[in-house]
Amino acid sequence: MIEAVSQIPLSWFLIVAAALFSIGLYGVLARRNAVAMLMSVELMLNAVNINLIAFWRYIDPLQPTGVAWAIFVLTVAAAEAAVGLALIISIYRQRDSVIAEELDVLKY
Amino acid sequence: MQIIFIIVSAVTLLSGIMVVTNRNLFHAALYMMLSFLGVAGLYVLLDAGFMAAAQLLVYIGAISILVIFAIMMTRRLMQTTETPYNSQWVWSGIASVSVFALIVLVITQVTAVLPTDPNAFMAPSAINDAVLYDALSNMVISLGESFVSAEQYVLPFILSSVLLLVALVGAIIVARPDVEENES
Repeated sequence: MIEAVSQIPLSWFLIVAAALFSIGLYGVLARRNAVAMLMSVELMLNAVNINLIAFWRYIDPLQPTGVAWAIFVLTVAAAEAAVGLALIISIYRQRDSVIAEELDVLKY
Repeated sequence: MQIIFIIVSAVTLLSGIMVVTNRNLFHAALYMMLSFLGVAGLYVLLDAGFMAAAQLLVYIGAISILVIFAIMMTRRLMQTTETPYNSQWVWSGIASVSVFALIVLVITQVTAVLPTDPNAFMAPSAINDAVLYDALSNMVISLGESFVSAEQYVLPFILSSVLLLVALVGAIIVARPDVEENES
């Protein structure tokens, strides 16, 4: 697979990551459902990881720095998903809804 | 190789679009798994096999299953008749398209003035193919050593394990039903 990197410019990976990030951003801003918003956040974290791995491979592949950073992002994403989904299930038990607009107790 | 890249990224992006537009949330979760699989394919193209394996295990194996559990435990999520978007979806679309346009503009402006040689940014010793191949095949070893070596990432490594423990215990406590609810 070593020859793949010499045939694909770095900017292609960055543009794919930017597109995935924008898709996730749209999901977070526009979806009503809290679980769908959380899924979009996972897409955005994946886009960041693509950027990290691409820069690692194109700039300094001899050191494991970029991969180590991406592994930490992965860990934090797993923790975030666990806590977020636990909060959503807890909210659903109390309010019988997971629509973000209906969770407005703090507004009034 | 470029064709493989284009196919993999098309799968990733199209299923990403399906994640944010699909009315049925369960289908959206399945498309999210497909999108994660595409990202794992991009990691393979970038010679990061360990990241691809970790992506399969953590994202497709764990996070997607968590999301599907959450969807099944909250039954109103399965309703597909009402609109999936809030009232500001047009503005959200404009905002995310402009963010994408801005990032692409910056990327193309920057790469236009940089040298076109793919090795231009690489560390000088990595241009040697034998050295590079050796480093990439021993990547998992050096990654593992960097996680436990005192001058590299031992502190973030331990902190992230503490973070995971705290998050999982916290998730159990937050999602646990009240005690009265259990007894009744």
